[in-house]
Amino acid sequence: MQALVVAAHGSHLNPDASDPTYAHADTVRETGAFDEVREAFWKEEPHFREVIRTVESDEVFVVPLFISEGYFTEQVIPRELRLEQWDPDKWESDGTSASQVTLEATDAGKTIHYCGPVGTHDAMTDVIVQRAETATEKPGVGEGFGLAVVGHGTDRNENSAKAIEYHTERIRERDRFDEVKALFMDEEPEVDDVTEYFESEDVVVVPLFVADGYHTQEDIPEDMALTEDYRLGWDVPAEVDGHRIWYTGAVGTEDLMADVLLERAADAGADIGDARETVRKLVGSATGADGEPSAGTETGMGD
Amino acid sequence: MTVTADDIETLAERAASGIAFDGFRVAETDDGYALETPENEWTGLEDADLERALEACEEYVTNWRYWQETVGGAGTARRAFLRWCERAPLEDDRTGASPGGPVGSGDSNSPAPEEPLAVADRYDALGEGIDRRWGQLAITTRFLDVDDRDYERVYDIWHVDDADADLAALEVHDDPRAAREIATYDPDGRYRPLKTAPTLATGWAFTGLTGDELVETIGFFYPATIANWHRERRGNLDVDHWLETAQRQTGIYDVVDELPREAVAWMAEACCVDSQCLRRREWEYDEGDDIDVDGGDGPFPCREPCSLVIAAARTWAILESEDEHAYRLELTTSELNQLEELIDAVAEGRTDEIREADVTDGANRYRARYLRAKRFDENGALEATKLDD
Ligand code: SF4
Repeated sequence: MQALVVAAHGSHLNPDASDPTYAHADTVRETGAFDEVREAFWKEEPHFREVIRTVESDEVFVVPLFISEGYFTEQVIPRELRLEQWDPDKWESDGTSASQVTLEATDAGKTIHYCGPVGTHDAMTDVIVQRAETATEKPGVGEGFGLAVVGHGTDRNENSAKAIEYHTERIRERDRFDEVKALFMDEEPEVDDVTEYFESEDVVVVPLFVADGYHTQEDIPEDMALTEDYRLGWDVPAEVDGHRIWYTGAVGTEDLMADVLLERAADAGADIGDARETVRKLVGSATGADGEPSAGTETGMGD
Repeated sequence: MTVTADDIETLAERAASGIAFDGFRVAETDDGYALETPENEWTGLEDADLERALEACEEYVTNWRYWQETVGGAGTARRAFLRWCERAPLEDDRTGASPGGPVGSGDSNSPAPEEPLAVADRYDALGEGIDRRWGQLAITTRFLDVDDRDYERVYDIWHVDDADADLAALEVHDDPRAAREIATYDPDGRYRPLKTAPTLATGWAFTGLTGDELVETIGFFYPATIANWHRERRGNLDVDHWLETAQRQTGIYDVVDELPREAVAWMAEACCVDSQCLRRREWEYDEGDDIDVDGGDGPFPCREPCSLVIAAARTWAILESEDEHAYRLELTTSELNQLEELIDAVAEGRTDEIREADVTDGANRYRARYLRAKRFDENGALEATKLDD
């Protein structure tokens, strides 16, 4: 038997913070690839501390629903899961290349495949592109469009900027959008000045965050001048300085994130059968492995 | 016929290594099969006799089938919980701490723990439905088809306060995941960050769940409670005391181990009592160093401070690092009493219950506004003078 544990932050204050976690875990449940699927949280229940004992499977794949390697993936989650042999060096990562390490959870006597975060997986690049498609409702979006991938910035965690730049570069190499830029909230180049960094009239702005919350629903829209007051909402697209800004909200709410969870687990040795195809069917993926675009299913955010 | 050809075949196969389950024994001897129930005994059975004998004790056969084939999972918390639900003897109960009985009955007013039921009694009871209580959940175990009294059990859940409600008046679900939404908000629509807060909303029911679905549903209402209950029963609940948990914290929570010992007791009194949490605090200040506050009678063991308490402890650790001062503020005796009433009303969550016109209650809104108008300065602060700096 094999179990998937999706490890996320959660919130004591905001009931919506865990919505994407539940949604993606449910998608994986639907595929039937795992005997058990559990959500686990730092700030909600089941807590990281308790989750492993709630599964019967001997093989447990833990995938952190976090954007970057850093404090949570390297310290908090392994410690709280009681992975006593853990050492960040075991990931042999340069900050974006963690794949997995196999350890024992000492309280439960189970084999844990501790995976790198979803945010740094190559498949995340597809999710960002998919996000641009769902926000613009243009399956072929790219030509004539600029794409901004937005992160928090280096003051909190230097790997967070690495993850943003990593995907930005990968999308740029695909030559699909006219321009692709990494922007940040707390460092240069800043998302506040988004229009200065693009020549394209249309710019899709995708924040690389797991869940919608304060940053993606208040800070960023106001900083970019999409709206004077986030409570009034904003248009997608919104006119700013002669550009059309297609603001998508947190990429982590994109349905295709379930695919990244599966890939992380598969990279760690999980037997997922044809679950990836099932997910891509379930979520109406625009960026299947064959590269053929199809229609997205979600409308824009923020209204 | 509820004993199937499959059952007979499986039982005959396994008889070689011997079957002993819930009072039902099957063995293969040199002299044919031997069968035993608390009521009957057969020996020297040939194949054809075996079939007849098994039909004569079909309750034992179907009971065996349900537990061994449908539920399975020997030694798991899931199986133990489902057996507890129908008052079957728990196979691996080694603690003897709560004789025959669930820890999950909830409040101290609940009847004494009930003795486990033997198969025949259980089969009678399953026709009616066997009721259990798990925190604020009422769980009924019954036969899927009552007339047939076949082996297959289904489970219903609703809020204990809805026990007498008409099903038609409740919102009925059959997907365990619906429990997530129900467990997220209290009856006033506020977010419940602590799943074991005694504030579960009423008005819903889950009916006809399978055993697996029941366990999954409970997992959404009260995460990890089944696993920890099972560990406690088996005597291997691992408890992390305050100091251990506090010292493990890093980042912004690094400060919580600076919380003074007496403040840990105030915190336990504030957060971990029955009125606030259905878990029974098993953690102490340190191994052998108990906190002088009762851990409560909650049905679920609490094996270490939860994330909510850790987050609150951070605030208190910071606040407790401040020095105390003497202040002088002018108050009448009644106003001093009123401050006490205000704090008490907020702490007990009583402010909503105070009637608009009940100005005799110190926590009445008009009384509070009057006090503020009289005693606050233009900056909205109490007029107080620090005496010792
Ligand atoms: S630490 Fe206290 S409040 Fe938190 S779950 Fe345990 S008993 Fe309840």
